[in-house]
Amino acid sequence: MADFISGFWNMYVMVIVALSLLFCVFVLVSNMTKRESGPVELHGHVWDETLAEYNNPLPRWWMYLFWITIAFAVVYLSIYPGFGKTNQERGEHAQYEAEMKAANDKYGPIFAKYRSMDLNALAADPEAKAMGQRMFLTYCAQCHGSAAQGAKGFPNLTDEEWQWGGDPATIETTITGGRIAMMPPFGPSLGGEGVKDVANYVRSLSGLAHDSLRAQRGAELFQQNCVACHGADAKGGPAMGAPNLTNKIWLYGSSEATIIETITNGRNNRMPQFGEFLGEDKVHLLAAYVVGLSKK
Amino acid sequence: MQSQATYNYKVVRQFAIMTVVWGIVGMLVGVIAAAQLVWPELNVHEFLHFGRLRPLHTNAVIFAFGGCALFATSYYVVQRTCHTRLFAPALASFTFWGWQLVIVLAAITLPLGYTQGKEYAELEWPIDLLIAVVWVSYAIVFFGTIAKRKVSHIYVANWFYGGFILAVALLHIVNSAAIPVSLTGMKSYSAYAGVQDAMVQWWYGHNAVGFFLTAGFLGMMYYFVPKQAERPVYSYRLSVVHFWALIFTYMWAGPHHLHYTALPDWTQSVGMVFSLILLAPSWGGMINGVLTLSGAWHKLRTDPILKFLITSLSFYGMSTFEGPMMSVKTVNALSHYTDWTIGHVHSGALGWVAMVSIGSIYFLLPRMYGKTEMYSVKLINAHFWIATIGVVLYIASMWIAGVMQGLMWRATNPDGTLTYSFVESVKASYPFWTIRLAGGVLFLTGMFIMFYNMVKTIAGEKAYNAPVLAPAAAH
Repeated sequence: MADFISGFWNMYVMVIVALSLLFCVFVLVSNMTKRESGPVELHGHVWDETLAEYNNPLPRWWMYLFWITIAFAVVYLSIYPGFGKTNQERGEHAQYEAEMKAANDKYGPIFAKYRSMDLNALAADPEAKAMGQRMFLTYCAQCHGSAAQGAKGFPNLTDEEWQWGGDPATIETTITGGRIAMMPPFGPSLGGEGVKDVANYVRSLSGLAHDSLRAQRGAELFQQNCVACHGADAKGGPAMGAPNLTNKIWLYGSSEATIIETITNGRNNRMPQFGEFLGEDKVHLLAAYVVGLSKK
Repeated sequence: MQSQATYNYKVVRQFAIMTVVWGIVGMLVGVIAAAQLVWPELNVHEFLHFGRLRPLHTNAVIFAFGGCALFATSYYVVQRTCHTRLFAPALASFTFWGWQLVIVLAAITLPLGYTQGKEYAELEWPIDLLIAVVWVSYAIVFFGTIAKRKVSHIYVANWFYGGFILAVALLHIVNSAAIPVSLTGMKSYSAYAGVQDAMVQWWYGHNAVGFFLTAGFLGMMYYFVPKQAERPVYSYRLSVVHFWALIFTYMWAGPHHLHYTALPDWTQSVGMVFSLILLAPSWGGMINGVLTLSGAWHKLRTDPILKFLITSLSFYGMSTFEGPMMSVKTVNALSHYTDWTIGHVHSGALGWVAMVSIGSIYFLLPRMYGKTEMYSVKLINAHFWIATIGVVLYIASMWIAGVMQGLMWRATNPDGTLTYSFVESVKASYPFWTIRLAGGVLFLTGMFIMFYNMVKTIAGEKAYNAPVLAPAAAH
């Protein structure tokens, strides 16, 4: 079995487990004495003026307790894995497979019946919505928040901006396959002043306070470095997952310092994929719930 | 007539006083950490964040408070039951200053964030080396004293102290094996990888409980309970069986910390069955202590030190029943990762370890100054009741919170989805965390009373070293 790289270790485990149990038996048996009538005698040594020991026999109920636990060990190890490589079929992996199969048999049909329904229709179905929300709170709320309003670096799912596209089918694709977003660092190529110029230009796009001289210089740098992903109009695009820079929605923040940090160091972000973990039926319901959250 | 030799009480005195001081420090940090769970806004600075204070709390109460109590009592007991002065007094003095240095370094480095990331073995490698040197010195002093004993038989308390000292040396050295990468950066990497690292860690972790927090304190019990009760130990035979069974079986029990993980099935099962077998050997110690009181039960009414000692044995019996039950995989599936574990640990740590230490220190302190009683017996009594109520509040609230969390995490809807999100279980835990905080505050209050009582007992008194007694006549 996978737990043992050679037959030697199987034997080794069997021997030490058996010897250990036998040692417990030996310690117990070698100290069992008959209960004698009459007063119990002192053991015969005295330490530090007053310390002495009676030689009472082992309490009987305590001995039984010891025997019972040893017997339990023998029985348990004869049923479950532990005595070398025996009983692997009742190990935790087999147990997991069995429990998962039972759960899928029981709960699978509940989700499967929604599989063929259109996402927009499902988003309006109260029962499907409740099931979707329960899954959202278990699997998605850690990053996107219980109310799906996101946090720094984690997109808000209740607004109108969709970095990777907001149509129902694309949302389902995002949940299934996850997303990896990468903005490269521009600090080395643009230099400190250049980054600051671009940052001011970016702030000007959405009407935020900016230094217009810097923004003017930044516009040129933007055309040379940023349009490949964010587009000439700076509205971004789902093909690269590039955010729209002309609205009020900011994934990492809109302060000049934060934008400088973003341009200088770039950003790496990822959403994990849930397709394999949850299966298509559950992802479908989850996607419907997210579709229902969106304002778009 | 030549001047009579005296026992070395100086090092005992030093460790005994620091037991009380570190007890207050460690439990105060625990109270702060408990308060941070109730009011998260108390996480005011990275150095004082829960994640940094929690290991400081565990290290301070286990190794500073518990460690000083073990050093103090073992040095006292081994001299008196061997009827000889402590071996290598300079080395004994080094163990005191070395151990205090370890504690101070821990108190500095843990809040700064230096950690090996191993529970109860967080301290980084330079401190680990110092611990190893101090511990080997401790072993030399202890076993050296045993070697020059004036009685043929070694008293049972010394078996337990000896087993504790040897096992902790082994555990510390094996688990702390690491490859250092930086001295100034205090950084190292474990010598083990993956699941083997986890197994070594919990072999250490559970035996830290078994030897540091059990065998050592059983040694304490075997001296101070019969002394205070003025009765012989109940059964020599029982002490033999439970000693060997206990020290042997504990070595197997670690895997129950890793149930349902990547640890191979066979290791989990064997860890579980030997944890169950531990029930009887553990109870052997409790029975031997409690039945020592046969014929002297009336003393419990009037003697608060004996109350501390016997109550500690009751908590020991309770938590050593609870422990084997929690190691059963089915129970563990509910209890693991919940506050039930925290409750279990504290019924052992506060109920057993702290109470037996407090009782023993109350016995020992006045004798360090040539007296037989503390300044105020009434205050010991007050300490006892406040501490007991504190422990009960603490563990009862953690049981309820733990079982509730376990049930909430596994509850499912008719469609198989989880009924509660994690944060809902956090929200539901707040009332119990508040009660836990109250329990901790009570226990800490008791320690302040002890500190006051200690200062009043010592104030104006001269340090005293009792003369070495001749062994009892041939037997």
